[in-house]
Amino acid sequence: MTGVRIAGTGHTHFGQFPERTGRDLFAEASAGAIEGAGVEREDIEALFYGNFMGELAEDQGHQGPLMAEMAGVRAPATRFESACASSGVAVREAVKNIRNGEADAILVGGAERMTNLGTAGATKALSIAADELFEIRAGMNFPGAYALMAQAYFSEYGGDREDLAHIAVKNHENALENESAQYQRAITVEDVLEAPPVAEPLGLYDACPITDGASAMVLVSDDFAEREGIDAPVSITGTGQGSDRMALADREYLARTPAATAAAEEAYADAGIGSDDIEVAEVHDCFTIAEVLAIESLGFFEPGEGIGAARAGETTRDGSIPINLSGGLKAKGHPVGATGTSQIVELASVLSGEHVNSDAVPDARIGLTHNAGGTVASTTVHILEVRS
Amino acid sequence: MSEQHDEGYDEWIDAIDRGEGYALECSNGHGSLPPRRLCPECGDADLEKRALPDSGTLDTYTTIHVATPAFTEDAPYTVAIADFGLARLTGQLRGVEDPEVGMRLAVGVEERKTEDEPLLVFRPA
Ligand SMILES: [Zn+2]
Repeated sequence: MTGVRIAGTGHTHFGQFPERTGRDLFAEASAGAIEGAGVEREDIEALFYGNFMGELAEDQGHQGPLMAEMAGVRAPATRFESACASSGVAVREAVKNIRNGEADAILVGGAERMTNLGTAGATKALSIAADELFEIRAGMNFPGAYALMAQAYFSEYGGDREDLAHIAVKNHENALENESAQYQRAITVEDVLEAPPVAEPLGLYDACPITDGASAMVLVSDDFAEREGIDAPVSITGTGQGSDRMALADREYLARTPAATAAAEEAYADAGIGSDDIEVAEVHDCFTIAEVLAIESLGFFEPGEGIGAARAGETTRDGSIPINLSGGLKAKGHPVGATGTSQIVELASVLSGEHVNSDAVPDARIGLTHNAGGTVASTTVHILEVRS
Repeated sequence: MSEQHDEGYDEWIDAIDRGEGYALECSNGHGSLPPRRLCPECGDADLEKRALPDSGTLDTYTTIHVATPAFTEDAPYTVAIADFGLARLTGQLRGVEDPEVGMRLAVGVEERKTEDEPLLVFRPA
């Protein structure tokens, strides 16, 4: 079985660009990936593309062939939709296709246009990742769902809003020098605690912003990289995916995310490593509590111990396992369909020494990305390794 | 009420409204909510309607301030998950100033402000 390498990456600035079409966002990101890889467009054998709310934001379905056109790629093109894990799932399918010899070079990525919908419209669009009959009709939305998980966590394990605030502060700090990030500005614990409530106990600064943006990568087989003389030091060595019951109320635990644990265990086994081998990670912090649930499910912290990790400095850039050196969804932004690939683009840059925050982990060789959909009814986990 | 009929769900929420709420139970004792053809836990197709108990317990809750367009007139409102034994239900919590996890709640159907659609509501039992 061939290995899979990241040959080139592309990323738009994440931010508020309500006038830019989704197709233009992906055109920019895909051009960066293809030119960065130095691969001829005719050598790309497929496009795997993630997008969640195109029908609601732009009245645009069937985005696979549209985005292939925008990328200048004449190849079979498929859109993947798994809510906020849409492009994570697309990456996983690309990895499997390259490994099994179906293709040597695949363009994979995602895009989302959101801010043109306004806050209420985007909140509605995001909410459809929940169970329509039993959750949406009760008035649950995306912040509300994570607030229910946060309250359940506090009840079961303890912790408070101040613990969560340290996660937001950390991720904003990590984004300060990241040119791709939506928010390149520091915030304080007081800012988070005093922000208006969105869904209690979560406030405005516990939530990721609404973001427009796109990300893309060209993935190639080891053979292709060697044959074409492509410099691609970072490989995807593990992939895993987990699912859970759709509605939060139907889960055994309201304050745990077993789909992430399943995805991580599969990815660790695939890469032949364990959670202890991970030196740096990008996790799906759509809300501050989501980072807590992620780092526990991935095996970095025991259940009940993740809540204090940022406050104790364990997940900051100087900590034992830096989490979200890119700024995470919280500060880098969360254009839903673009996030899964964006996490891998950023982590590959960190590991190859090219990221503004690479100096936080100068010797790191193994990292992990965690991309979650809905209230973690879908999760993909990928392992990235620097291969010499 | 919307024109659309959602078979299985509409009958279920009407039954809750009449005080005759139910969950589905498979032959292995797993609970679920309709519409279902199979138990989501074990795949058993033998699903029986079982009456919900008169009250459940509060598991978690949140007061939502930023609502979707369908709930803007209702905000702020409190969404809760309550455990009714065979199944947990998601609804809005009314008539409680300081909710406490574990408190006993009854379930019914009430109106909401923004839209003329039925809403699952918990109140202290
Ligand atoms: Zn069963």
